Amino acid sequence: MSVLVYIESENSKFKKSSYEALCYGRALADSIGKKVCGVVINCSNTENLNSYGADKIININSSDLVDFSSKKYAHALVEIVKSENSKIIILSSSPNSKYLGAHLSGITDSSFVSNVVKLPESSNPFIVKRTCFTNKAFSLTELTSDLKIISITSNSFGIVEKPNNPENETVEIKGISTNQKILDIEKESGTVTIADAEIVVSGGRGLKGPENWEMIESLAETLGAATACSKPVSDMGWRPHSEHVGQTGKPVASNLYIAIGISGAIQHLAGINSSKVKVVINNDPEAPFFKAADYGVVGDAFEIVPSLIKKLKARQ
Amino acid sequence: MNILVCISNVPDTTSKINFIENDSNFDTNGVQFIINPNDEFGLTKAVWMKESNQANVTALTVGDSSVEATLRKCLAIGADKAIRIDCPAHDAYSVAKEIEAHCKETKYDLIICGRESIDYNGGLVPGLLAGLLDFNFITNCVKLEIKESKATFSREMSGGTEISECELPLVVGSQKGLVEESDLIIPNMRGIMMARQKPLDVVPAQGINPKTRDKKFSKPEAKSEVKLVKADELDKLIDLLENEAKVI
Repeated sequence: MSVLVYIESENSKFKKSSYEALCYGRALADSIGKKVCGVVINCSNTENLNSYGADKIININSSDLVDFSSKKYAHALVEIVKSENSKIIILSSSPNSKYLGAHLSGITDSSFVSNVVKLPESSNPFIVKRTCFTNKAFSLTELTSDLKIISITSNSFGIVEKPNNPENETVEIKGISTNQKILDIEKESGTVTIADAEIVVSGGRGLKGPENWEMIESLAETLGAATACSKPVSDMGWRPHSEHVGQTGKPVASNLYIAIGISGAIQHLAGINSSKVKVVINNDPEAPFFKAADYGVVGDAFEIVPSLIKKLKARQ
Repeated sequence: MNILVCISNVPDTTSKINFIENDSNFDTNGVQFIINPNDEFGLTKAVWMKESNQANVTALTVGDSSVEATLRKCLAIGADKAIRIDCPAHDAYSVAKEIEAHCKETKYDLIICGRESIDYNGGLVPGLLAGLLDFNFITNCVKLEIKESKATFSREMSGGTEISECELPLVVGSQKGLVEESDLIIPNMRGIMMARQKPLDVVPAQGINPKTRDKKFSKPEAKSEVKLVKADELDKLIDLLENEAKVI
């Protein structure tokens, strides 16, 4: 039996969060004395995975699986679970992986725990630590089904390089069908997405209007960061919904989160709490965000942000 | 068309999160419970479809009698009927299995669940249900249109929006965007009065064993004090981020 790690790719490029899932899988497999097997879909060149410790990489080759479909991908993974006799499947926390994990758990009648932040506390019983109450708490959760599926919160385990020379296998799977069909994909213009970002620059109502977002975008560009916003900003239509982070928006688990003109409502803080380092820039020293942040600057964002951009650019 | 909206009864977003009984249970003392926000977007969409698609809307919760106030609110918002499956919601698996059993007796064309609850954040129930029932499944859904037996929908994905179509039956994981926050229906007096007349059926549970168990809860460690940097000393901030936090 081996620990299976589903490795997500886009245009044959692997996702960083999947490298992390593979590293987690390696460490977990070591702790229970098993092998770790990475599964990719329609990726013939898997050389980039060799640094992360897999014993085996299986490439599922299938013309049925060109477009992502939770149902078809889940059925394909079930085939590998059977052939590898796996009892543990590890996924990243990307939107597609969580989508797939939930569907997979239904198809296999098994337990799935998402938002896992650490290696298992114990392997028998199988207990993992995960976030709950939108990052306001943790739970030690026991999984009791035979097949156990977990997804790992981004940036929680980190990437630990462990070069290995994995065995490569290609599996052909045919005849997986669904009447669900992708018609179109509208790509966002920004280069970095919130889910994949190392750094997120986020703006709130303190920025006074959508016309002032240029400096947020410029700071994000300077840092190679994604842009985000608070709930009121998306409710007022200053920014698209897809940028709303917080309890009812997207979760953020970046290494650095910079909040500009965001007071720090409890729902917002809950959504961004998994970020490692938080910086707040706000003219109100009483803003609750200062209690949740690591670093803070009290002052006028319209002066601080342009000056910060200038200094960061000079440093490069 | 029959629509089932699965409702999670969750602590209000401003609730203080505390634990009791040696950190093994959530402390509900003084906590206000609400319709899970992601479910409420889906419920509103379903209520709209009563007109656009001549739909019947059933709101369903798995829980003890304490969740009935939340179900009454769903009726006041516009659901035609409410069902409570009578057992505590142990975990996503047992909840999905209880709903599955109900869906085998009563046929639904469309099942809407929030993409995740704001308490346990698992995001599992919609996917589990779709897998168990062998329905099509879409989560993070921000747009949905149904014409006869065909659904066209959009979902938010990493870095964009995907537009797809499929045949019914379908399970949808709803979220903000499916309807706007400003579109959420606030029950009026007539709605509240009518809700009292609508059926709220209590259905016995199957008694499914959970497959996950919360053994112990904990809260994040208290944060160390924020380090303040003066607005005219931003070089210091850059230095701290680079050399102390090592994040840039």
